[in-house]
Amino acid sequence: MTVKTPIYLDYSATTPVDPRVAEKMIPYITEHFGNPASRSHPFGWTAEEAVEEARDEVAKLVNADPREIVWTSGATESNNLAIKGAANFYSGTKGKHIITVQTEHKAVIDAVRELERQGFTATYLAPEPNGLIDLEKFKAAIQPDTVLASVMMVNNEIGVIQDITAIGNICRENNIIFHVDAAQATGKVDIDLEKLPVDLMSFCGHKTYAPKGIGALYVRRKPRIRIEAQMHGGGHERGMRSGTLATHQIVGMGEAFRLARLEMKSENLQVRRLRDRLLAGLEEIDEVYVNGDMDHRVPHNLNISFNFVEGESLIMAVKDIAVSSGSACTSASLEPSYVLRALGRSDELAHSSIRFSIGRFTTEEDIDYTIALMKSKIGKLRELSPLWEMHLDGIDLSKVEWAAH
Amino acid sequence: MAYSDKVLDHYENPRNVGTLDKNDPHVGTGMVGAPACGDVMKLQIKVNDSGIIEDAKFKTYGCGSAIASSSLVTEWLKGKTLDQAAEIKNSAIAEELALPPVKIHCSVLAEDAIKAAVADLKSKQPA
Repeated sequence: MTVKTPIYLDYSATTPVDPRVAEKMIPYITEHFGNPASRSHPFGWTAEEAVEEARDEVAKLVNADPREIVWTSGATESNNLAIKGAANFYSGTKGKHIITVQTEHKAVIDAVRELERQGFTATYLAPEPNGLIDLEKFKAAIQPDTVLASVMMVNNEIGVIQDITAIGNICRENNIIFHVDAAQATGKVDIDLEKLPVDLMSFCGHKTYAPKGIGALYVRRKPRIRIEAQMHGGGHERGMRSGTLATHQIVGMGEAFRLARLEMKSENLQVRRLRDRLLAGLEEIDEVYVNGDMDHRVPHNLNISFNFVEGESLIMAVKDIAVSSGSACTSASLEPSYVLRALGRSDELAHSSIRFSIGRFTTEEDIDYTIALMKSKIGKLRELSPLWEMHLDGIDLSKVEWAAH
Repeated sequence: MAYSDKVLDHYENPRNVGTLDKNDPHVGTGMVGAPACGDVMKLQIKVNDSGIIEDAKFKTYGCGSAIASSSLVTEWLKGKTLDQAAEIKNSAIAEELALPPVKIHCSVLAEDAIKAAVADLKSKQPA
Protein backbone atom coordinates (compact mmCIF):
# COMPACT_ATOMS: atom_id res chain seq x y z
CA MET A 1 0.00 0.00 0.00
CA THR A 2 1.50 3.30 -1.00
CA VAL A 3 0.13 6.47 0.47
CA LYS A 4 1.79 9.83 0.57
CA THR A 5 2.07 11.21 4.10
CA PRO A 6 0.99 13.37 5.71
CA ILE A 7 -2.50 12.41 4.61
CA TYR A 8 -4.81 15.39 4.40
CA LEU A 9 -7.96 14.78 6.47
CA ASP A 10 -8.71 18.38 7.38
CA TYR A 11 -11.09 19.41 4.58
CA SER A 12 -13.25 21.29 7.09
CA ALA A 13 -10.31 23.60 7.77
CA THR A 14 -9.80 24.28 4.10
CA THR A 15 -9.90 22.44 0.80
CA PRO A 16 -7.36 22.47 -1.99
CA VAL A 17 -8.43 24.51 -5.01
CA ASP A 18 -9.80 22.05 -7.56
CA PRO A 19 -7.43 22.07 -10.56
CA ARG A 20 -10.41 22.81 -12.83
CA VAL A 21 -11.12 25.87 -10.71
CA ALA A 22 -7.52 27.05 -10.78
CA GLU A 23 -7.42 26.69 -14.55
CA LYS A 24 -10.49 28.85 -14.98
CA MET A 25 -9.05 31.53 -12.66
CA ILE A 26 -5.67 31.99 -14.30
CA PRO A 27 -6.70 34.13 -17.33
CA TYR A 28 -8.34 36.59 -14.92
CA ILE A 29 -5.04 37.23 -13.18
CA THR A 30 -3.10 37.82 -16.40
CA GLU A 31 -4.88 38.74 -19.64
CA HIS A 32 -8.37 39.64 -18.33
CA PHE A 33 -7.10 41.82 -15.52
CA GLY A 34 -9.61 44.64 -15.90
CA ASN A 35 -11.46 46.23 -13.02
CA PRO A 36 -15.06 45.01 -13.20
CA ALA A 37 -16.16 48.51 -12.16
CA SER A 38 -14.55 50.05 -15.26
CA ARG A 39 -17.50 50.84 -17.48
CA SER A 40 -15.70 52.60 -20.31
CA HIS A 41 -13.63 49.88 -21.98
CA PRO A 42 -13.62 46.16 -22.84
CA PHE A 43 -11.15 45.27 -20.08
CA GLY A 44 -13.75 46.22 -17.52
CA TRP A 45 -16.62 44.69 -19.47
CA THR A 46 -14.87 41.30 -19.70
CA ALA A 47 -14.16 41.28 -15.97
CA GLU A 48 -17.71 42.35 -15.14
CA GLU A 49 -19.14 39.60 -17.31
CA ALA A 50 -17.01 37.01 -15.50
CA VAL A 51 -18.09 38.36 -12.11
CA GLU A 52 -21.76 38.18 -13.06
CA GLU A 53 -21.40 34.69 -14.48
CA ALA A 54 -19.85 33.59 -11.20
CA ARG A 55 -22.63 35.31 -9.25
CA ASP A 56 -25.14 33.30 -11.27
CA GLU A 57 -23.34 30.08 -10.34
CA VAL A 58 -23.26 30.87 -6.64
CA ALA A 59 -26.97 31.78 -6.78
CA LYS A 60 -27.82 28.58 -8.68
CA LEU A 61 -26.20 26.30 -6.09
CA VAL A 62 -28.48 27.72 -3.38
CA ASN A 63 -31.49 28.49 -5.61
CA ALA A 64 -31.35 32.24 -5.08
CA ASP A 65 -31.60 35.27 -7.37
CA PRO A 66 -28.12 36.46 -8.40
CA ARG A 67 -29.11 39.95 -7.26
CA GLU A 68 -29.27 38.51 -3.73
CA ILE A 69 -25.56 37.60 -3.72
CA VAL A 70 -23.01 40.09 -2.32
CA TRP A 71 -19.30 39.30 -2.71
CA THR A 72 -17.15 39.43 0.41
CA SER A 73 -13.69 38.27 1.41
CA GLY A 74 -14.95 35.12 3.12
CA ALA A 75 -17.40 33.76 5.66
CA THR A 76 -15.93 35.77 8.53
CA GLU A 77 -16.67 38.98 6.70
CA SER A 78 -20.09 37.71 5.58
CA ASN A 79 -20.98 36.85 9.18
CA ASN A 80 -19.83 40.24 10.44
CA LEU A 81 -21.66 42.08 7.66
CA ALA A 82 -24.87 40.13 8.20
CA ILE A 83 -24.95 40.28 11.99
CA LYS A 84 -23.70 43.80 12.60
CA GLY A 85 -25.36 45.11 9.43
CA ALA A 86 -28.83 43.75 10.20
CA ALA A 87 -28.70 44.28 13.96
CA ASN A 88 -27.78 47.91 13.53
CA PHE A 89 -30.29 48.53 10.74
CA TYR A 90 -33.26 47.03 12.59
CA SER A 91 -32.40 47.76 16.22
CA GLY A 92 -34.29 51.05 16.17
CA THR A 93 -37.58 49.44 15.14
CA LYS A 94 -37.34 45.96 16.61
CA GLY A 95 -35.02 46.05 19.57
CA LYS A 96 -31.58 45.05 20.68
CA HIS A 97 -31.68 41.37 21.64
CA ILE A 98 -29.86 38.70 19.64
CA ILE A 99 -30.08 34.90 19.86
CA THR A 100 -27.23 32.67 18.81
CA VAL A 101 -25.72 29.33 19.87
CA GLN A 102 -22.66 28.46 21.97
CA THR A 103 -21.32 26.19 19.23
CA GLU A 104 -21.29 28.84 16.49
CA HIS A 105 -18.07 29.79 14.74
CA LYS A 106 -16.05 32.50 16.48
CA ALA A 107 -16.85 34.88 13.62
CA VAL A 108 -20.49 34.79 14.75
CA ILE A 109 -19.90 34.67 18.50
CA ASP A 110 -17.37 37.48 18.49
CA ALA A 111 -19.51 39.65 16.19
CA VAL A 112 -22.38 39.25 18.67
CA ARG A 113 -20.02 39.99 21.58
CA GLU A 114 -18.99 43.19 19.83
CA LEU A 115 -22.66 44.17 19.52
CA GLU A 116 -23.05 43.49 23.25
CA ARG A 117 -20.30 46.02 23.87
CA GLN A 118 -22.35 48.48 21.80
CA GLY A 119 -25.44 48.02 23.97
CA PHE A 120 -27.14 44.93 22.54
CA THR A 121 -28.02 41.96 24.74
CA ALA A 122 -27.54 38.36 23.64
CA THR A 123 -28.58 34.82 24.48
CA TYR A 124 -26.06 32.09 23.68
CA LEU A 125 -28.16 28.93 23.55
CA ALA A 126 -26.63 25.69 24.79
CA PRO A 127 -27.11 22.83 22.31
CA GLU A 128 -28.31 19.40 23.36
CA PRO A 129 -25.57 16.80 24.03
CA ASN A 130 -25.85 15.70 20.37
CA GLY A 131 -25.06 19.22 19.18
CA LEU A 132 -28.56 20.04 17.92
CA ILE A 133 -30.79 22.83 19.15
CA ASP A 134 -33.95 22.06 21.09
CA LEU A 135 -36.62 24.11 19.27
CA GLU A 136 -38.58 24.68 22.49
CA LYS A 137 -35.51 26.16 24.12
CA PHE A 138 -35.02 28.36 21.08
CA LYS A 139 -38.62 29.59 21.35
CA ALA A 140 -38.16 30.21 25.06
CA ALA A 141 -35.14 32.43 24.37
CA ILE A 142 -37.20 34.83 22.23
CA GLN A 143 -37.91 38.20 23.82
CA PRO A 144 -40.18 41.01 22.61
CA ASP A 145 -37.10 42.95 21.54
CA THR A 146 -35.33 40.07 19.75
CA VAL A 147 -34.14 41.53 16.47
CA LEU A 148 -31.85 38.84 15.06
CA ALA A 149 -31.06 35.16 15.37
CA SER A 150 -27.93 33.52 13.97
CA VAL A 151 -27.63 29.73 13.70
CA MET A 152 -25.12 27.85 11.60
CA MET A 153 -26.32 25.24 9.13
CA VAL A 154 -23.42 22.78 9.53
CA ASN A 155 -21.10 22.88 12.53
CA ASN A 156 -17.43 23.13 11.65
CA GLU A 157 -16.18 20.82 14.42
CA ILE A 158 -18.80 18.10 14.69
CA GLY A 159 -20.57 18.42 11.33
CA VAL A 160 -24.12 18.34 12.71
CA ILE A 161 -26.87 19.89 10.57
CA GLN A 162 -29.36 22.13 12.37
CA ASP A 163 -33.04 22.18 11.39
CA ILE A 164 -32.84 25.51 9.58
CA THR A 165 -36.39 25.27 8.22
CA ALA A 166 -37.93 24.84 11.67
CA ILE A 167 -35.78 27.54 13.29
CA GLY A 168 -36.46 29.90 10.38
CA ASN A 169 -40.21 29.38 10.67
CA ILE A 170 -40.08 30.26 14.35
CA CYS A 171 -38.15 33.43 13.45
CA ARG A 172 -40.74 34.35 10.79
CA GLU A 173 -43.59 33.93 13.26
CA ASN A 174 -41.81 36.24 15.65
CA ASN A 175 -40.64 38.81 13.12
CA ILE A 176 -36.96 38.08 13.79
CA ILE A 177 -34.28 38.47 11.11
CA PHE A 178 -32.64 35.06 10.60
CA HIS A 179 -28.99 34.72 9.62
CA VAL A 180 -27.42 31.35 8.79
CA ASP A 181 -23.69 30.67 8.51
CA ALA A 182 -23.51 28.10 5.72
CA ALA A 183 -19.72 28.13 5.26
CA GLN A 184 -19.49 24.38 5.95
CA ALA A 185 -22.71 23.48 4.13
CA THR A 186 -22.21 24.28 0.45
CA GLY A 187 -21.60 21.22 -1.69
CA LYS A 188 -22.54 19.02 1.26
CA VAL A 189 -26.26 19.63 1.89
CA ASP A 190 -29.02 20.86 -0.42
CA ILE A 191 -29.76 24.53 0.06
CA ASP A 192 -32.91 25.97 -1.51
CA LEU A 193 -33.32 29.58 -0.53
CA GLU A 194 -36.62 29.86 -2.36
CA LYS A 195 -38.03 27.49 0.24
CA LEU A 196 -35.83 28.09 3.28
CA PRO A 197 -37.13 30.79 5.65
CA VAL A 198 -33.72 32.46 5.85
CA ASP A 199 -32.98 36.18 5.44
CA LEU A 200 -29.19 36.23 5.35
CA MET A 201 -26.78 33.41 4.59
CA SER A 202 -22.96 33.39 4.66
CA PHE A 203 -20.87 31.46 2.14
CA CYS A 204 -17.22 30.75 1.83
CA GLY A 205 -15.08 29.75 -1.14
CA HIS A 206 -12.25 27.79 0.39
CA LYS A 207 -14.34 25.10 2.10
CA THR A 208 -15.75 24.15 -1.31
CA TYR A 209 -12.60 23.88 -3.48
CA ALA A 210 -12.35 27.59 -4.32
CA PRO A 211 -9.42 29.71 -3.15
CA LYS A 212 -9.18 31.45 0.22
CA GLY A 213 -10.08 35.12 0.41
CA ILE A 214 -13.47 34.98 -1.30
CA GLY A 215 -16.95 34.57 0.09
CA ALA A 216 -20.47 35.82 -0.35
CA LEU A 217 -23.48 36.94 1.61
CA TYR A 218 -27.01 36.15 0.52
CA VAL A 219 -29.34 39.06 1.29
CA ARG A 220 -33.02 38.26 0.67
CA ARG A 221 -34.95 40.53 -1.70
CA LYS A 222 -38.50 39.27 -1.08
CA PRO A 223 -39.25 40.37 1.57
CA ARG A 224 -36.38 42.76 1.26
CA ILE A 225 -33.78 42.64 4.01
CA ARG A 226 -31.67 45.72 4.66
CA ILE A 227 -28.21 45.81 6.16
CA GLU A 228 -25.87 48.63 7.09
CA ALA A 229 -22.59 48.48 5.19
CA GLN A 230 -19.54 47.73 7.31
CA MET A 231 -17.06 48.70 4.59
CA HIS A 232 -17.51 52.12 3.04
CA GLY A 233 -16.08 53.36 -0.22
CA GLY A 234 -16.98 53.19 -3.88
CA GLY A 235 -20.45 51.80 -3.34
CA HIS A 236 -19.76 48.42 -4.92
CA GLU A 237 -22.23 45.56 -4.47
CA ARG A 238 -25.19 47.94 -4.33
CA GLY A 239 -23.57 49.82 -1.50
CA MET A 240 -23.49 46.84 0.83
CA ARG A 241 -19.78 46.11 0.43
CA SER A 242 -17.40 48.58 -1.12
CA GLY A 243 -14.04 47.54 -2.50
CA THR A 244 -12.76 46.54 -5.93
CA LEU A 245 -13.95 43.04 -6.73
CA ALA A 246 -11.28 40.32 -6.87
CA THR A 247 -12.27 39.02 -10.29
CA HIS A 248 -10.04 35.93 -10.31
CA GLN A 249 -11.16 34.88 -6.82
CA ILE A 250 -14.78 35.41 -7.76
CA VAL A 251 -14.36 33.39 -10.96
CA GLY A 252 -12.85 30.63 -8.80
CA MET A 253 -15.77 30.61 -6.37
CA GLY A 254 -18.26 30.59 -9.25
CA GLU A 255 -16.59 27.61 -10.90
CA ALA A 256 -16.21 25.76 -7.60
CA PHE A 257 -19.88 26.27 -6.79
CA ARG A 258 -20.86 25.17 -10.31
CA LEU A 259 -18.88 21.95 -9.84
CA ALA A 260 -20.43 21.49 -6.40
CA ARG A 261 -23.91 21.76 -7.92
CA LEU A 262 -23.12 19.19 -10.62
CA GLU A 263 -21.12 16.74 -8.52
CA MET A 264 -22.48 17.05 -5.01
CA LYS A 265 -24.69 13.98 -5.16
CA SER A 266 -22.08 11.52 -6.37
CA GLU A 267 -19.35 13.09 -4.25
CA ASN A 268 -21.41 12.80 -1.08
CA LEU A 269 -21.97 9.11 -1.73
CA GLN A 270 -18.25 8.52 -2.11
CA VAL A 271 -17.38 10.63 0.94
CA ARG A 272 -20.01 8.89 3.05
CA ARG A 273 -18.66 5.47 2.09
CA LEU A 274 -15.16 6.53 3.19
CA ARG A 275 -16.41 8.15 6.41
CA ASP A 276 -18.39 5.03 7.35
CA ARG A 277 -15.33 2.89 6.65
CA LEU A 278 -13.26 5.13 8.93
CA LEU A 279 -15.88 5.01 11.66
CA ALA A 280 -16.18 1.22 11.48
CA GLY A 281 -12.40 0.90 11.74
CA LEU A 282 -12.03 3.29 14.67
CA GLU A 283 -14.94 1.76 16.55
CA GLU A 284 -12.89 -1.43 16.84
CA ILE A 285 -10.82 0.51 19.39
CA ASP A 286 -12.16 0.37 22.98
CA GLU A 287 -13.43 3.48 24.73
CA VAL A 288 -14.00 5.77 21.77
CA TYR A 289 -16.83 8.29 21.70
CA VAL A 290 -18.31 9.96 18.63
CA ASN A 291 -19.04 13.65 19.25
CA GLY A 292 -22.26 14.98 17.75
CA ASP A 293 -25.34 13.43 16.25
CA MET A 294 -24.61 10.78 13.57
CA ASP A 295 -27.97 11.06 11.76
CA HIS A 296 -28.15 14.83 11.28
CA ARG A 297 -24.60 15.19 10.08
CA VAL A 298 -22.68 15.87 6.88
CA PRO A 299 -20.94 12.75 5.56
CA HIS A 300 -17.58 14.54 5.52
CA ASN A 301 -17.12 14.78 9.24
CA LEU A 302 -16.10 12.36 11.96
CA ASN A 303 -15.26 13.81 15.36
CA ILE A 304 -14.22 11.21 17.88
CA SER A 305 -12.70 11.17 21.36
CA PHE A 306 -10.21 8.57 22.52
CA ASN A 307 -10.58 8.06 26.25
CA PHE A 308 -7.53 7.78 28.55
CA VAL A 309 -5.20 9.36 26.00
CA GLU A 310 -3.98 12.93 26.44
CA GLY A 311 -4.70 15.30 23.56
CA GLU A 312 -1.30 16.76 22.84
CA SER A 313 0.53 13.42 22.88
CA LEU A 314 -2.22 12.15 20.58
CA ILE A 315 -1.50 14.90 18.08
CA MET A 316 2.23 14.10 18.29
CA ALA A 317 1.42 10.46 17.66
CA VAL A 318 -0.62 11.07 14.53
CA LYS A 319 1.71 13.43 12.73
CA ASP A 320 1.38 11.32 9.57
CA ILE A 321 -2.18 12.54 9.18
CA ALA A 322 -3.28 16.17 8.99
CA VAL A 323 -6.28 16.48 11.30
CA SER A 324 -7.68 18.97 13.81
CA SER A 325 -7.63 18.42 17.53
CA GLY A 326 -10.12 19.46 20.17
CA SER A 327 -7.23 20.69 22.20
CA ALA A 328 -5.34 23.91 21.63
CA CYS A 329 -2.10 23.16 23.37
CA THR A 330 0.08 25.88 21.96
CA SER A 331 -0.41 28.15 24.94
CA ALA A 332 0.44 27.61 28.58
CA SER A 333 -3.17 26.98 29.50
CA LEU A 334 -4.82 24.00 27.89
CA GLU A 335 -7.99 25.11 26.15
CA PRO A 336 -10.34 22.28 25.31
CA SER A 337 -12.68 22.82 22.36
CA TYR A 338 -15.51 25.16 23.37
CA VAL A 339 -17.81 23.29 21.00
CA LEU A 340 -17.26 19.95 22.73
CA ARG A 341 -17.50 21.59 26.15
CA ALA A 342 -20.88 23.03 25.12
CA LEU A 343 -22.04 19.47 24.40
CA GLY A 344 -21.18 18.62 27.99
CA ARG A 345 -18.09 16.58 27.20
CA SER A 346 -15.53 16.38 30.03
CA ASP A 347 -12.29 18.29 29.61
CA GLU A 348 -10.44 15.00 29.18
CA LEU A 349 -12.66 13.78 26.36
CA ALA A 350 -12.69 17.20 24.72
CA HIS A 351 -8.88 17.26 24.80
CA SER A 352 -8.53 13.80 23.33
CA SER A 353 -10.83 14.42 20.38
CA ILE A 354 -9.84 14.42 16.75
CA ARG A 355 -11.83 15.85 13.86
CA PHE A 356 -11.31 13.84 10.69
CA SER A 357 -12.77 15.64 7.70
CA ILE A 358 -12.89 13.86 4.39
CA GLY A 359 -13.14 15.38 0.94
CA ARG A 360 -13.02 15.14 -2.83
CA PHE A 361 -9.49 13.77 -3.04
CA THR A 362 -9.53 11.31 -0.11
CA THR A 363 -8.91 7.68 -1.10
CA GLU A 364 -9.73 4.35 0.44
CA GLU A 365 -5.99 3.80 0.96
CA ASP A 366 -5.85 7.04 2.97
CA ILE A 367 -8.64 5.78 5.21
CA ASP A 368 -7.13 2.34 5.72
CA TYR A 369 -3.75 3.83 6.56
CA THR A 370 -5.42 6.16 9.04
CA ILE A 371 -7.30 3.33 10.76
CA ALA A 372 -4.12 1.25 11.12
CA LEU A 373 -2.17 4.26 12.39
CA MET A 374 -4.80 5.17 14.98
CA LYS A 375 -5.05 1.62 16.26
CA SER A 376 -1.32 1.32 16.73
CA LYS A 377 -0.77 4.78 18.26
CA ILE A 378 -3.76 4.67 20.59
CA GLY A 379 -2.56 1.26 21.76
CA LYS A 380 0.92 2.61 22.42
CA LEU A 381 -0.28 5.69 24.31
CA ARG A 382 -2.65 3.62 26.42
CA GLU A 383 0.17 1.28 27.34
CA LEU A 384 1.85 4.41 28.69
CA SER A 385 -1.26 5.70 30.40
CA PRO A 386 -1.75 5.14 34.14
CA LEU A 387 -5.41 6.06 33.61
CA TRP A 388 -5.90 3.23 31.13
CA GLU A 389 -4.27 0.83 33.60
CA MET A 390 -6.60 1.99 36.36
CA HIS A 391 -9.56 1.65 34.01
CA LEU A 392 -8.57 -1.94 33.20
CA ASP A 393 -8.28 -2.60 36.95
CA GLY A 394 -11.90 -1.50 37.28
CA ILE A 395 -11.16 1.75 39.10
CA ASP A 396 -13.74 4.51 38.61
CA LEU A 397 -11.54 7.48 37.74
CA SER A 398 -14.23 9.97 38.66
CA LYS A 399 -14.03 8.74 42.27
CA VAL A 400 -10.26 9.08 42.60
CA GLU A 401 -8.99 12.00 44.66
CA TRP A 402 -6.42 13.59 42.38
CA ALA A 403 -3.63 15.84 43.56
CA ALA A 404 -4.56 18.72 41.25
CA HIS A 405 -1.71 20.98 40.31
CA MET B 1 5.08 23.25 19.09
CA ALA B 2 8.63 22.25 18.30
CA TYR B 3 10.05 19.59 20.56
CA SER B 4 13.73 19.03 21.26
CA ASP B 5 15.34 15.90 19.85
CA LYS B 6 15.68 14.50 23.38
CA VAL B 7 11.96 14.92 24.08
CA LEU B 8 11.12 13.28 20.78
CA ASP B 9 13.51 10.41 21.50
CA HIS B 10 11.96 9.71 24.92
CA TYR B 11 8.48 10.10 23.44
CA GLU B 12 9.19 7.69 20.57
CA ASN B 13 11.18 5.24 22.69
CA PRO B 14 10.10 5.67 26.29
CA ARG B 15 12.40 3.92 28.79
CA ASN B 16 11.18 1.78 31.65
CA VAL B 17 7.48 1.81 30.94
CA GLY B 18 5.65 -0.51 33.26
CA THR B 19 4.33 -1.31 36.67
CA LEU B 20 5.92 -2.76 39.80
CA ASP B 21 3.96 -4.47 42.57
CA LYS B 22 2.84 -1.57 44.71
CA ASN B 23 2.34 -3.89 47.70
CA ASP B 24 5.98 -5.00 47.68
CA PRO B 25 7.67 -3.43 50.74
CA HIS B 26 10.68 -2.61 48.57
CA VAL B 27 8.57 -0.62 46.09
CA GLY B 28 7.58 3.01 46.46
CA THR B 29 4.81 4.47 44.30
CA GLY B 30 4.20 8.14 43.51
CA MET B 31 1.15 9.26 41.58
CA VAL B 32 0.84 12.97 40.89
CA GLY B 33 -1.26 15.24 38.69
CA ALA B 34 -4.90 15.05 37.64
CA PRO B 35 -6.66 14.08 34.42
CA ALA B 36 -8.46 17.42 34.25
CA CYS B 37 -5.10 19.21 34.27
CA GLY B 38 -3.89 17.07 31.39
CA ASP B 39 -1.09 15.25 33.24
CA VAL B 40 -0.98 12.22 35.50
CA MET B 41 2.37 10.60 36.32
CA LYS B 42 2.85 7.32 38.09
CA LEU B 43 6.44 6.65 39.12
CA GLN B 44 7.63 3.55 40.97
CA ILE B 45 11.02 2.74 42.44
CA LYS B 46 12.36 -0.50 43.85
CA VAL B 47 15.25 -0.55 46.32
CA ASN B 48 17.55 -3.42 47.21
CA ASP B 49 18.60 -4.33 50.75
CA SER B 50 21.45 -1.77 50.65
CA GLY B 51 18.95 1.01 49.98
CA ILE B 52 19.99 1.53 46.36
CA ILE B 53 17.31 2.02 43.69
CA GLU B 54 17.69 -0.98 41.41
CA ASP B 55 14.61 -0.48 39.26
CA ALA B 56 12.28 2.33 38.26
CA LYS B 57 9.12 2.24 36.15
CA PHE B 58 6.65 4.85 34.98
CA LYS B 59 3.38 5.40 33.24
CA THR B 60 2.32 8.88 32.19
CA TYR B 61 -0.85 10.39 30.79
CA GLY B 62 0.25 13.70 29.38
CA CYS B 63 1.94 15.61 26.61
CA GLY B 64 5.22 14.61 25.00
CA SER B 65 7.21 16.67 27.51
CA ALA B 66 5.52 14.98 30.45
CA ILE B 67 6.22 11.54 28.99
CA ALA B 68 9.85 12.50 28.32
CA SER B 69 10.34 13.99 31.81
CA SER B 70 9.15 10.83 33.52
CA SER B 71 11.02 8.53 31.14
CA LEU B 72 14.24 10.49 31.78
CA VAL B 73 13.98 10.34 35.57
CA THR B 74 13.54 6.57 35.54
CA GLU B 75 16.97 6.42 33.90
CA TRP B 76 18.48 8.82 36.41
CA LEU B 77 17.02 7.10 39.45
CA LYS B 78 18.65 3.73 38.94
CA GLY B 79 21.74 3.28 41.12
CA LYS B 80 20.90 6.21 43.39
CA THR B 81 20.16 6.13 47.12
CA LEU B 82 16.81 7.52 48.27
CA ASP B 83 18.50 10.67 49.51
CA GLN B 84 20.26 11.17 46.18
CA ALA B 85 16.96 10.57 44.41
CA ALA B 86 15.21 13.22 46.45
CA GLU B 87 17.86 15.71 45.36
CA ILE B 88 16.90 15.55 41.67
CA LYS B 89 15.66 19.00 40.75
CA ASN B 90 13.14 19.93 38.13
CA SER B 91 15.57 22.46 36.69
CA ALA B 92 17.99 19.65 35.80
CA ILE B 93 15.21 17.75 34.02
CA ALA B 94 14.09 20.87 32.14
CA GLU B 95 17.67 21.63 31.13
CA GLU B 96 18.43 18.10 29.95
CA LEU B 97 15.28 18.02 27.80
CA ALA B 98 15.50 21.68 26.71
CA LEU B 99 11.88 22.23 27.78
CA PRO B 100 10.32 25.55 26.73
CA PRO B 101 8.85 27.74 29.51
CA VAL B 102 5.27 26.51 28.94
CA LYS B 103 6.45 22.95 29.60
CA ILE B 104 8.40 23.56 32.82
CA HIS B 105 5.43 22.24 34.79
CA CYS B 106 6.14 18.79 33.30
CA SER B 107 9.55 18.73 34.96
CA VAL B 108 8.03 19.98 38.22
CA LEU B 109 5.56 17.14 38.07
CA ALA B 110 8.40 14.63 37.56
CA GLU B 111 10.23 16.00 40.60
CA ASP B 112 7.01 15.76 42.61
CA ALA B 113 6.56 12.16 41.46
CA ILE B 114 10.05 11.23 42.70
CA LYS B 115 9.38 12.84 46.08
CA ALA B 116 6.03 11.05 46.35
CA ALA B 117 7.58 7.68 45.47
CA VAL B 118 10.42 8.15 47.98
CA ALA B 119 7.97 9.22 50.70
CA ASP B 120 5.78 6.19 49.99
CA LEU B 121 8.76 3.86 50.23
CA LYS B 122 10.02 5.43 53.46
CA SER B 123 6.57 5.12 55.01
CA LYS B 124 6.68 1.36 54.31
CA GLN B 125 10.06 0.76 55.88
CA PRO B 126 10.65 0.35 59.60
CA ALA B 127 12.15 3.46 61.10
